[in-house]
Amino acid sequence: MPKVFIEKTNETRKVEAATMKEILQKLNINAEEVLTIKNNELVTLETKVTEKDSIKLLSVISGG
Amino acid sequence: MPCKNCQEKPVFIQISNVKLCKSHFIRYFEKKVLYTIKKFNLIQKNDKIVTALSGGKDSTTILYILNELSKKTRRFTISALLIDEGIRNYRDKTKEDAISFCSQYAIPLEIITYKKELGFTLDEMLKISKQKPCSICGVFRRYLLNKGARKLKANKLATGHNLDDEAQSILMNQFRRNNETSARLGPITGILDNKNFIRRIKPLYLLTEKETAIYAFLKNFPIQFTECPNAKQGYRNDVRNILNQMEAKYPGTKHSIVNTFLENLSNLKEHYSHQSSLSSCKKCGEPTSKEVCQACTLLEEIKSILKK
Repeated sequence: MPKVFIEKTNETRKVEAATMKEILQKLNINAEEVLTIKNNELVTLETKVTEKDSIKLLSVISGG
Repeated sequence: MPCKNCQEKPVFIQISNVKLCKSHFIRYFEKKVLYTIKKFNLIQKNDKIVTALSGGKDSTTILYILNELSKKTRRFTISALLIDEGIRNYRDKTKEDAISFCSQYAIPLEIITYKKELGFTLDEMLKISKQKPCSICGVFRRYLLNKGARKLKANKLATGHNLDDEAQSILMNQFRRNNETSARLGPITGILDNKNFIRRIKPLYLLTEKETAIYAFLKNFPIQFTECPNAKQGYRNDVRNILNQMEAKYPGTKHSIVNTFLENLSNLKEHYSHQSSLSSCKKCGEPTSKEVCQACTLLEEIKSILKK
């Protein structure tokens, strides 16, 4: 299960998922609201993920 | 599937399902900003433009692009203005990012603080006032940005407002039946001309919040992807959530809202130009449609609570 760091809540969660899209679905996070980062690179939702990857979700909302 | 223009890995998929790699996304983004500037005639020769800089992704992005354009064309000048409201653990960090960015690109930066100009930080005001943070902050930030831009002798104030911000504002005004406020929106704000009112331009008007975040990330700007601690409490936050849910289910929703609004904007401005009037606040001299401006009224309210 890949480990996912959620920057907005500053927490790391283990998620059973094969793609970025599945990660967001399982965490109930809207794709409009985050950048999906895999091993420090920006990737699209269809990107495959494995346990070895370092995954980060960066919040796109700043609020001023 | 690779980028539509080359064999590189995509970093972004457009609504139309077109895939773009890092360099083609950057090109697409910058071209769209230029298109927006031209389409809405946002910049003229010899303009003196001040960019409202918060240190976040939107304002840093637009400051960077306008600064590059200014160096390339030499048709207008650019500087930055930061309003420090005094939000602990947020503005202090983004302010440091802003200072470091302006120093890196040799952009003149002016910092104005709530504490010095108004007597209180936003955090102090929130302990006293029952109003929501964004309602207080919105009024004072607009007030100080206008005052600061005039002090810097600018004739335009560029802001990092993006398509999401505009779609949210349009809906908020619809929900509150506030057409006159909508008439002030658009890529160039304001209905009436007034020598004390610095018109705001929004070169990111046609780009979404996510696209802007992608650009800022890919350009490796020294910024933090953090949310203002007060943002969750605002009406705007609820509208943002509704819009993001709609966009996820029905891609293109935000563009449709803004494009439909643009089709009606000139009628709205025309209609309210006959009904509105701008004069000077009798207390501070800033432009207002009332006798005393919103900022002076709000500040008096806060001071009167303190006296009790």
